[in-house]
Amino acid sequence: MVPLSYYLVLSGILFACGVTGFLIKRNIITIFMSIELMLNGVNLSFVAFAAHWHALAGQVFVFFVMVVAAAEAAVGLAIIIAVYRTRETLNVDQVNLLKL
Amino acid sequence: MSLHLILFLAFGAVCVAGAVNLLAQTHPINSALSLIAVMAALAGEYLLLGAEFVAAVQVIVYAGAIMVLFVFTIMLLNAGEEEHTRGSRVAIMLGVPGMLLGSILVAWVVLRHSGTEPVAAGALPGDPQAIAQLLFHEFLLPFEITSVLILIAIMGAVVLASKPEAVQKRKEH
Repeated sequence: MVPLSYYLVLSGILFACGVTGFLIKRNIITIFMSIELMLNGVNLSFVAFAAHWHALAGQVFVFFVMVVAAAEAAVGLAIIIAVYRTRETLNVDQVNLLKL
Repeated sequence: MSLHLILFLAFGAVCVAGAVNLLAQTHPINSALSLIAVMAALAGEYLLLGAEFVAAVQVIVYAGAIMVLFVFTIMLLNAGEEEHTRGSRVAIMLGVPGMLLGSILVAWVVLRHSGTEPVAAGALPGDPQAIAQLLFHEFLLPFEITSVLILIAIMGAVVLASKPEAVQKRKEH
């Protein structure tokens, strides 16, 4: 028997790792993977709460999160390819055309 | 210590180790592989919670389809080691302690104030039949809307990733 709070702590740690990766990484693909890590952390708390409150709707929500993540990955990676074609770099520090 | 807790800790350790390794690696392909490890271990956690179908979909869609897309893009663009500028080093120095502080604070609050009643292994059987009942009755409208979202995402990806000359040629015809 595992307390609900353990699952929440694990999901919080995964989310914190995702936020940190988003902030400290400079490769645009790794930043994108950090976002996926955050989505996974949230999914874990959805499933844990679904088991805790005996509400199956929580698991259905995980599917919607996965669908949105898949759509986001397809569009995001296409944007990364387009950025690489025009700027020839994957470093976000060098994609600074809008900077003053 | 019950077997359930041991399994939870084992899968959780793999999850956290993979997530930290994702941050520590400098080459994106290594980060992608550790993210696959995180997702596979998370599928184990879902199984412990009784969400069998979610665990299967996690492995097939997340660790399978989405990560293949990532690895394919990394290979296609021949992404190399990431370079750091002065600003990003400052971000690491401030960001990592800040993240540690924040997660310790969240863990402390959650452990202190949330209910400690345990979740039994397989407390809520999420078999495909029960999930399909919900998905195709109560959540039918969101389900249809997500299908439209997927269609838009496919068209957007094709338009964004196609070569500019190809688009130009299509306009001339």
